[in-house]
Amino acid sequence: MDFEYAPAPESRSVVDIRPSYGLFVDGEFTDGHGEPFKTLNPADEEPLAEIACADAVDVDRAVAAARRAYERVWGPMPGRERAKYLYRIARIIQERSRELAVLESIDNGKPIRESRDVDVPLVAAHFFYYAGWADKLGHAGFGADPRPLGVAGQVIPWNFPLLMLAWKIAPALATGNTVVLKPAETTPLTALLFAEICQQAELPAGVVNIVTGAGETGRLLVGHDGIDKVAFTGSTEVGKEIARAVAGTRKRLTLELGGKAANIVFDDAPLDQAVEGVVNAIFFNQGHVCCAGSRLLVQESVADELLGRLKRRMATLRVGDPLDKNTDVGAINSAEQLAKIRELADSGESEGAERWAPPCDLPQRGFWFAPTVFTGVAQSHRIAREEIFGPVLSVLTFRTPDEAIEKANNTPYGLSAGVWTEKGSRILWAAERLRAGVVWANTFNKFDPASPFGGYKESGFGREGGRHGLEAYLDV
Amino acid sequence: MRGFLQGLPGVDQVGADERAARLGARSIKTTAKASAIDLAISMVDLTTLEGADTAGKVRALCAKAVRPDPAQPDAPKVGAVCVYPDLVGVAVDALRGSGIGVASVATAFPAGRAPLEAKLADTRAAVADGASEIDMVIDRGAFLSGDLRKVYEEIVLTKEACGDAHLKVILETGELRTYDNVRRASWLAMRAGADFIKTSTGKVSPAATLPVTMIMLEAVRDFRDATGRTVGVKPAGGIRTTKDAIKYLVVVNEVAGPDWLTPEYFRLGASSLLNDLLMQRRKLATGVYSGPDHFTLD
Amino acid sequence: MSERIGVRKTYKLYIGGAFPRSESGRSYVVNDAKGRFLANASQASRKDVRDAVVAARKAFGGWSSRTAYNRGQILYRIAEMLEGRRAQFVEELRAAGAAKPAAAAEVDAAIDRWVWYAGWADKIGAVAGNANPVSGPFFNLSTPEPSGVVGIVAPDSALLGLVSVVAPAIVTGNTAVVVASEPAPLPAITLAEVLATSDLPGGVVNLLTGRRAELAPWLASHMDVNGIDLAGAPDDAVTDLEKAAADNLKRVLRPGVADWSAEPGVERMTAFLETKTVWHPVGV
Repeated sequence: MDFEYAPAPESRSVVDIRPSYGLFVDGEFTDGHGEPFKTLNPADEEPLAEIACADAVDVDRAVAAARRAYERVWGPMPGRERAKYLYRIARIIQERSRELAVLESIDNGKPIRESRDVDVPLVAAHFFYYAGWADKLGHAGFGADPRPLGVAGQVIPWNFPLLMLAWKIAPALATGNTVVLKPAETTPLTALLFAEICQQAELPAGVVNIVTGAGETGRLLVGHDGIDKVAFTGSTEVGKEIARAVAGTRKRLTLELGGKAANIVFDDAPLDQAVEGVVNAIFFNQGHVCCAGSRLLVQESVADELLGRLKRRMATLRVGDPLDKNTDVGAINSAEQLAKIRELADSGESEGAERWAPPCDLPQRGFWFAPTVFTGVAQSHRIAREEIFGPVLSVLTFRTPDEAIEKANNTPYGLSAGVWTEKGSRILWAAERLRAGVVWANTFNKFDPASPFGGYKESGFGREGGRHGLEAYLDV
Repeated sequence: MRGFLQGLPGVDQVGADERAARLGARSIKTTAKASAIDLAISMVDLTTLEGADTAGKVRALCAKAVRPDPAQPDAPKVGAVCVYPDLVGVAVDALRGSGIGVASVATAFPAGRAPLEAKLADTRAAVADGASEIDMVIDRGAFLSGDLRKVYEEIVLTKEACGDAHLKVILETGELRTYDNVRRASWLAMRAGADFIKTSTGKVSPAATLPVTMIMLEAVRDFRDATGRTVGVKPAGGIRTTKDAIKYLVVVNEVAGPDWLTPEYFRLGASSLLNDLLMQRRKLATGVYSGPDHFTLD
Repeated sequence: MSERIGVRKTYKLYIGGAFPRSESGRSYVVNDAKGRFLANASQASRKDVRDAVVAARKAFGGWSSRTAYNRGQILYRIAEMLEGRRAQFVEELRAAGAAKPAAAAEVDAAIDRWVWYAGWADKIGAVAGNANPVSGPFFNLSTPEPSGVVGIVAPDSALLGLVSVVAPAIVTGNTAVVVASEPAPLPAITLAEVLATSDLPGGVVNLLTGRRAELAPWLASHMDVNGIDLAGAPDDAVTDLEKAAADNLKRVLRPGVADWSAEPGVERMTAFLETKTVWHPVGV
């Protein structure tokens, strides 16, 4: 019999979206001097709110507020007291978790299942984790009394808006820095709700400042003379621009950039879990994941079997309303991103790879792209080299372990990689040879505040998470 | 046989648990829930397997099987009634004309620690008394000690002893411990001729779990791909609530596929589950929560 | 009897374990502190940079997969070889203008620095790595790994400064392309002779002499170089070198050390280390 799941929508009533939002500077919401912009719900293209845009004057004010807070309040404050503020924030995030999850899904397009079960719990965990470090920095291996850098300018992407905020703000604050953070233009709402959480936590004014805007606001922030540290997560292209902008300055820099991760499946892999891992690697968060396993490298002897299972599994993916609790794949974040995914997918076809997507009814309005797999892909195809940042998987085959590693490493990126095999020594052999910052063996897309994350080569430098994540915000 | 079973792809426990948990988090509401409840009722093997079972107890259970809830005459009847071999005759009499079959555990259930001849006699007796389904146990000791041939041959012989009755092979997954063993035992049983593979006797903890059932569903799916023959799956023991039952149906739907969403190929071995299904069914029909006093104890 | 005429040394480059002249055929005059001729040093070209990077890349796989213990042994061997040629280096530093006690102290410090870094080979992993207690059934381990090929613009501290930038880069498994001090390049080439006789595989350290302003930009912009140490980069060149390094997001170590005799920390090693984190489920 057909078992149709009835719609199971999460209630929107838990969030109250205001018609317009200001910047969060020095503990207050204020107007911006730039031209305000609208943020959309990517699932139906309806405007959600009008957002202030920070211009040079606003960025100045935010940096000045952060500087004052650093010098007068946050810098001198003992770590154990800073910790208590971070613990408070973590608790409030847990208390308001449903609200944050729903708002994230509305603004970003990601399934509520994911914002509820992955993003928001990790956000709270991240603040808890770094709260605990605030009064233990002398034990972190960076000297007896490591000092903060000062004011951090942080620019984050739209794929995990609140989680990336947590990855930036929690370690910065724990180590005694103050921050000016710019959320992505298309996903500012949870950052602004986070500003409210800072107010509820009575975090001293100026310790966290949120400036909204597009690329120009980011450039102003990164190029501002008053900051000591730049932390950026986003595309490799913009990362390089930022590296050039801070060249010759005293500013410290950490970058978390793009990827084109290989997910290697050997013939002795636990196949059902490997299929699951492949699906999770590329279709999690609509493939809007810098560490997505976008290149499947499968040993030729099991390629057909694996692909058969993969396609069958893909046919059960539920694509649609992000607020439906049963949705697996939500909306593409923006029209611009959708166009980019389409363009690259089309190039895959025209370059001769074979395209397949399960039948699925996509909604009429909003930005959607069906989970797609390309077989017969060669290393030279654009879809094997360029980051698509969407639910598009390129499948390549290999014959020997050496060939798998060679192909996996044959990219300027080096963020993550996956290995699937039941043989322990082969896992360690492969993990040793993969030039990537995170290697998931017999699993994929796992994140934890205690575990360092970050790239090799053109995927950036610096680590977020764990003890390693402190280094980015300490003068060492 | 050993080579074949060991050549099956391994199961990563953590990944399997995650997948099952994710499927278990599906939100089945309103109309989907209503149809799932009725489907679940029709899949229940209403079971009593107590040393204290009597003819009276079995007759009461059969009455319940035929008409689960006097207040809801439209509720479907259950899949089968499952009893010990010596009570098969009682159940057959009680269910005559209802279209509900009688399943009997056999082969020295639950431990299976009896001479082969005794196990086969047990089976023949149950079939002779009218059982249409036999739930046998595998020799877990032989399986764990590597004597796969013995396990296989016992299943083959029991299948012969069943005649036309369907054979459900209980793996007792709680004693096999690893998912790799569950997968191998599933394949072994299917290759030996099982019509159904069943998780548990209900006498060993853990009994049925969602991930174990998922792995068995993967096995029947792959077995059909390989042979064209469809084998059923029956989780048994520990499934007590509607919420649990619906999780199992979701796993059936998304892992094996809709072809298994029928009592012919999927059963739930349970006793107290039925009342919870009926209670939730009434909630959906009336819009108010009911209570246990409004459902019959049998 | 006439006085024996000394045999002079030709100062060449050190690339891939060999001592070639610059492909450009150029050289430049190196004088002592008083302006007297010492030698003609090879004046490397961009093509020598290219060849050196190729040699360094080729050596990377083997060097980085040596055991840490083995790398430590080889660095210690370098110290031993340097100790044996202590007098020669003192002379060379004196020729470049150092007073005898200062020259002796610098050579001693340089030897000791190799010893210090040799000991780090099998310890940096314990200090820079971590077992991470993640919230779930996963084994999670972070270990440091070398970044790859590191370009080094060596400081003017001709021996101690040079050793202080080369040793930390290679002890962890990186391979290096080094532009030696422009005014005092000769100890670098003599050091290459030490390296060549210390079981250090060819290509792990490649030494170029020549014009920094000419060579450093090629190193900074090279897309197969993973990191760059700007210790000896001229102040007015740093911004441009960092910009060039951004093209493939090299790890950049900015200039800043004034006193090479101070005991170093781990920063010069960690600057060219990546952290790799491996996850694996824990189950039966």
